[in-house]
Amino acid sequence: MIRKLLATGSVLAAMAAAPAAAADISACLITKTDTNPFFVKMKEGATAKAEELGIELKSFAGKVDGDHETQVAAIETCIADGAKGILLTASDTSSIVPAVEQARENGLLVIALDTPLSPIDAADATFATDNFLAGELIGKWAAGALGDKAADAKIGMLDLAISQPTVGVLRDQGFLQGFGIDLGDPNKWGDETDSRIVGNDVTQGNEEGGRRAMENLLAKDPMINVVYTINEPAAAGAYEALKAIGRENDVLIVSVDGGCPGVQNVKDGVIGATSQQYPLLMASLGIEAIKKWADDGSKPENTPGKDFFDTGVALVTDQPVDGVESIDTAKGTELCWG
Amino acid sequence: MSQTKDGTENFESAANRSDSVAEFEDHRRGVLGQVQHTLHANPSLVPLIVLIVAIAVFGLLLGSKFFSPFAMTLILQQVQIVGIVAAAQSLIILTAGIDLSVGAIMVFSSVIMGQFTFRYGIPAPVAVACGLAAGTMIGALNGWLVSRVKLPPFIVTLGMWQIVLATNFLYSANETIRSQEIEANAPFLQFFGTKFNIGGAVFTVGVIFMLVLILVLAYALRHTAWGRHVYAVGDDPEAAGLSGVNVHRTLMSVYMLSGLICAFAGWALIGRIGSVSPTSGQLANIESITAVVIGGISLFGGRGSILGSLFGALIVGVFTLGLRLLGADAQWTFLLIGLLIIAAVAADQWIRKVSA
Repeated sequence: MIRKLLATGSVLAAMAAAPAAAADISACLITKTDTNPFFVKMKEGATAKAEELGIELKSFAGKVDGDHETQVAAIETCIADGAKGILLTASDTSSIVPAVEQARENGLLVIALDTPLSPIDAADATFATDNFLAGELIGKWAAGALGDKAADAKIGMLDLAISQPTVGVLRDQGFLQGFGIDLGDPNKWGDETDSRIVGNDVTQGNEEGGRRAMENLLAKDPMINVVYTINEPAAAGAYEALKAIGRENDVLIVSVDGGCPGVQNVKDGVIGATSQQYPLLMASLGIEAIKKWADDGSKPENTPGKDFFDTGVALVTDQPVDGVESIDTAKGTELCWG
Repeated sequence: MSQTKDGTENFESAANRSDSVAEFEDHRRGVLGQVQHTLHANPSLVPLIVLIVAIAVFGLLLGSKFFSPFAMTLILQQVQIVGIVAAAQSLIILTAGIDLSVGAIMVFSSVIMGQFTFRYGIPAPVAVACGLAAGTMIGALNGWLVSRVKLPPFIVTLGMWQIVLATNFLYSANETIRSQEIEANAPFLQFFGTKFNIGGAVFTVGVIFMLVLILVLAYALRHTAWGRHVYAVGDDPEAAGLSGVNVHRTLMSVYMLSGLICAFAGWALIGRIGSVSPTSGQLANIESITAVVIGGISLFGGRGSILGSLFGALIVGVFTLGLRLLGADAQWTFLLIGLLIIAAVAADQWIRKVSA
């Protein structure tokens, strides 16, 4: 006990003596879960960068997506631990705000990764994919690939969840805008009146949900020929449903994520095109920002014209369409995660 | 107890008398009472009626869109996983237990089948056998903790659920094995997804498996000694033990069989979604309990028919698809299923009041 107190005392002394010494900087990474490959990759990126810069990194994760309490406890632990900054992908973007404020009051830099908080300025900075743009790219690509037939397309929308999380809404609305469909309220999906949309259904972002949702929409209209999917596992499930009725070759599936199995599916023709995002980059940039904050107290700046720092998105397809910039699956495989 | 065999006290003659000694006869039983009695004798009748009514109502509202071979067989395909898991859940609930680990066992078994094939290069049939064995073993562990260590089934399976799910994620590193790879290298894993036509309707092996499994279990529960023991243990384990039922062996057999069935569900899951995905089946425990409860099996054990849980699963499937085709918000499905659960238990209580 005494030794521990002494040790703590000496650490405090060292911190007071040399606040900029790299070895004293510690940072926290708090993700929604540690099972999703997206967050696994994020952790890899953060760990590698932290090692390079000599920062001590502690990782926390919720048990399941939506596990809010564990994330709050993790923030409290980080404050008590004397961390310099927190990288956070919040499960509950508005309820987490008081805990984030508490951390900021204690002098921690809080950076939201991938999922913006609500309001977005509750965090010091947000490093994320522009999900609306990600949707828009696949929307434009789908419209371009169909050409004249886009005017009488039959579109199935496979969304994330009924609670309409922001990420899902942005991708959905981006896709519709890119495809050339008038949006209703851009803050929610499902209120569009365009008759080309057969319907919306939810997938929970996995294969099982993707298959079920696709089947439900096919029961509504078996002649659906364009399918938007929230992510690649949902797209894989939708493909199985289409294969079951022998329509896998005449339906265009588009998706978002850029995970390695997803890119492979683009290569195999299961998915027409996918928008790739870069979780590893988000995390390593986040660690760099915490280092800078610890060194000279400067905060990261937003991408001009946006209220967050855009970590980029690229359209991955082997059938490029005029007017929509894209990379092929070889390049996509190089950059993929998970 | 000493038996006098000299015939001076002729007990048998009393037993063989044709005139009735005492009989419960309810003369006040009206139409409602008759209904109550019939339902008590056939516990799966209520869900069957609800199912038929639901199909009729949605059929009237939606016409041929719903009343088509496509939609009808689609419902079967969508409920096959929950139906198979519900069969396992029914067995446990009949013994007055509950199994929260069914979904975890299912997913973990499917992951073992997939990873053994692709990571270690084991032939697919052997890997499938390993997956089935793993499911049975987890079931056996559950059964042992419940029956020998005498822990409450809720606690045992609550713990096992977490343990198996965590093992599943650690072992698989949450990596999905893609459908295309399975199709090219180990199509045997997708065996349950094999399709065939019967009179224009498309069935899969998984659907047939679900139906056959439930029919076989229904027969076994009704007409074999083992089945009667399961009911007896669920109704009153002490009384069952005193009348010569080996309670431990019965419980072990039920939990092991349930684990095996969940592993089969895992195999069927690969057929259904094509790929091996460690994130599937997260809600299978709740969905299976829902099917069992709507199916009229008593959570207190010892009462109900396994056919009921098939009907329960189908009711959920019919409502889900029907409401989606009507264009209703998916929340309405959950709301109605919630109502059905409460109505089912209320009906169960009402039927129990019958003095039969």
